[in-house]
Amino acid sequence: MAEVRVERLVKAYGAARALDEVTLDFPDGGFFGLLGPSGSGKTTLLRAIAGFVVPDTGRVFIGGAPVENVPVEHREIGMVFQNYALFPNMTVEENVAFGLVVRKTGAAETAKRVREALELVQLGHLATRKTHQLSGGQRQRVAMARAIVTRPRVLLLDEPLSALDKALRVDMQIELKRIQREVGITTIFVTHDQEEALTLSDRIGILKDGRLVRHGPPREVYDDPRDPFTAQFLGDANLIEGTPEPEGLRLSDGKLLPGLKGPTIAVRPESLRLDTTEPTAPFRLRARLQQRIFGGAMGTCIIDWQGRPLKAVGRDADFRGLPDAGDVWLSWPKESTIEFRANA
Amino acid sequence: MAGTIAGQDRRKAFMLLSPAYLWLTVAVFLPLSAMAYFSFLSDVPFGGKDWHFTIANYRAFFETGTYATLMWKSLKLGLIVTAVSVVVGFPCAYVLAKVVKGRAREALFLLVILPFWSNSLVRIFSWAIVLRGNGVLDRAVNAVLPWDVKLNLMFSPTAIVIGLVHSYLPYVILTSYLALQAIDDSLIEAARSLGAKRRTILWRLILPLAAPGIIAGAVLIFVPVVGSFMEPRLLGGRLGTYYGTVIEDQFVAVFNWPLGAALSFILLAVVLAILAAASPMLKRAAT
Repeated sequence: MAEVRVERLVKAYGAARALDEVTLDFPDGGFFGLLGPSGSGKTTLLRAIAGFVVPDTGRVFIGGAPVENVPVEHREIGMVFQNYALFPNMTVEENVAFGLVVRKTGAAETAKRVREALELVQLGHLATRKTHQLSGGQRQRVAMARAIVTRPRVLLLDEPLSALDKALRVDMQIELKRIQREVGITTIFVTHDQEEALTLSDRIGILKDGRLVRHGPPREVYDDPRDPFTAQFLGDANLIEGTPEPEGLRLSDGKLLPGLKGPTIAVRPESLRLDTTEPTAPFRLRARLQQRIFGGAMGTCIIDWQGRPLKAVGRDADFRGLPDAGDVWLSWPKESTIEFRANA
Repeated sequence: MAGTIAGQDRRKAFMLLSPAYLWLTVAVFLPLSAMAYFSFLSDVPFGGKDWHFTIANYRAFFETGTYATLMWKSLKLGLIVTAVSVVVGFPCAYVLAKVVKGRAREALFLLVILPFWSNSLVRIFSWAIVLRGNGVLDRAVNAVLPWDVKLNLMFSPTAIVIGLVHSYLPYVILTSYLALQAIDDSLIEAARSLGAKRRTILWRLILPLAAPGIIAGAVLIFVPVVGSFMEPRLLGGRLGTYYGTVIEDQFVAVFNWPLGAALSFILLAVVLAILAAASPMLKRAAT
């Protein structure tokens, strides 16, 4: 068990910077989610901590000790790969035992710990199976057991659930959280799925173009995104831009949003209300409903405002009575307006 | 209903397969059965010679120890050439599959395949130029080393092995390359994250996973090398009498086709027996 720290990490591939001065602390025993669009550098950061990527400059500490010169095989990490990377020439048992055999652990000790690890992931009954006989969820569990059986200092998960279908993914999220809690190991995981990051992590970090945009506990980051990118990436917020004036924010269609500073504000899709008649709320816009998407319990409306696409999400009942397309009023309560302290 | 559909399917399958069957008949079955027929004759059945059916050609193999000795010599040659090819070829395949990328890989591939595209006689004679006393190799070594070295590898078993390895190396490189290419890099990374060193990864992961490719390449080399005659004759000189050269002599020099055919079939039987005996082991390695 150990805390991890990266300090001013830089990694460039040609002209592109995959990591650009990233400094971040991963607390001991925490579950840290690295989140960002593809190409944001999140996987590069994870692989730099693992040791597969050698940073150009910057430092990596595990348990307080610098590890830049420690090769992967000596870093005492556990890693779960996106495709699980189970050894196809070995049984479930042999896969899990690999890290112990490599460390020349005694036979009795190895057998005991392999059994414990397999029981932890609830696969004790499949120990002698070949890996190709397992389902996706079972492979995921074997990969977990294999990664934690050596009692690594850090557990690194590279998009561990992306290969599973949705129902299984939700089950495995709960399972992953349970295992991490039971073992109490510092865990860092990479995902592009915001919901997954919010569910699993007790801290998240958001990356964009190799830079760390924001980090903190999920609720804090979600409620107060501080910058338009985070607001948009985490929670799909609609960005609205205007010109600041003394009495409020003047929009391009001449409307004034009283009391807002701007120049950019954000509104989450679930906060937007749609009406056919003009509402009384002070924040209201005239816009054009382009498309209503039925999604079972929840529906989505695609709206065009001044040539910008906006999105509203709500229970299907909220959108009843709206035309399939046409002019509508958009409004939202004052308290669900997201303002940015430092406007980018 | 079901019967007619099955009948239609069978007719369709026969039509689709008939070119393959025709090819097998013309190219494999007919020549082989002609040779099998010859091997039971007392003399070639043309040129007005007297001939009758006999098993004397097969008996000849067992009557003197010469043929068995030569067979053993050829099998040993096959083993040595196969072993050397695997030892040299597998690292090459590894570098091609896992180390070099992009254009460099294409260029190296071309170099690997080049022996296939050159005429085998030209290839063997160029080795003769390199290996003979006062040849290219001899002069090169003497130019580098300060003391006098006499290096004459020509007409030795070493020369035969070098020539054969050069000819057959691409097989094991290509088959191993395909097997190595199929090993996901993340497997190697996973092993490293679990604390495995390079040597452990090689022995416990890469070799077992590449075994089917290595074995396929080894079989592709072993079988033709046991029956080879050109390299032993041209590079082995006086020492170059092997089972394959004896068979060649029967067809080309002595004109005793029946004996040559019988010796060929005995070789075929021995090679098949060896592969059958080894197959449980090979199968285990391949899974």
